[in-house]
Amino acid sequence: MMVQTIVFIILSLVTLGAAIAVVTTKNLFHSALYLILSFVGVAGFYILLEAPFLAAVQILVYVGAIAVLIVFAIMLTRRLMAKDLVQRNAQWGWSALGAGLLFAVLGVVLVRVNWPVVEAAIPEDTITILGKELMGVYVVPFEVASVLLLVALVGSIIIAREKE
Amino acid sequence: MALSLYWYLIVAAALFCIGLYGVLSRRNAIGILMGIELMLNAVNINLVAFWRYLTPSVLTGQVFAIFAFTVAAAEAAVGLALVIAIYRSRDTVIVEDVDLMKW
Repeated sequence: MMVQTIVFIILSLVTLGAAIAVVTTKNLFHSALYLILSFVGVAGFYILLEAPFLAAVQILVYVGAIAVLIVFAIMLTRRLMAKDLVQRNAQWGWSALGAGLLFAVLGVVLVRVNWPVVEAAIPEDTITILGKELMGVYVVPFEVASVLLLVALVGSIIIAREKE
Repeated sequence: MALSLYWYLIVAAALFCIGLYGVLSRRNAIGILMGIELMLNAVNINLVAFWRYLTPSVLTGQVFAIFAFTVAAAEAAVGLALVIAIYRSRDTVIVEDVDLMKW
């Protein structure tokens, strides 16, 4: 049981530290690399929460696809990430204040609520059940999600295409 | 379960607020998109943590997390396509300089 706590602390430090580096690093490319580290930390949280399928999807979709996409976009707009360029805008102080205040409010509210925690074990073979749920109860949202992906695919090709 | 649900919620809230700061303070559109990705990840941690601690017998939380993944992937693809299109036409990805619709 102690092992879980130690792993949780390490994962939190890695994830949050990498996230802070993402939003504060001046070099946007380094920022993207820290983003990958943060995604891997979140995948670790999923494993800790006994959702191995989501951890695999997290690695595949976020680290494998979205991070590569972001690095790709940074490379295409590379001229604009010169070292002397200011990366934060004039309102960054207010932004930090606002984000800090939101965290304080969220923290107070979350800790005060008495969540109805259930001490039940998760069902055996969650991946099979997940697949059946997606094809049964959630089949309409599932199909809508596939249409959304198709629309996003076609739309991003059309938007990013070179005009002839 | 040795860990309390509160710890997951606090970490997710912290991740969300860091992402929010990134969205509000970055000048580069790609930096803003990275902040949004961090916020979406925080939401997903919350969904999975609530599933594990409140309703472990039904997998609704995991299903919602999968839909959040889908929407995040679509959002990243379209957002970066927009960034590249703006870079092509206006030669900048600094959001303050893209004020075409501002009077």
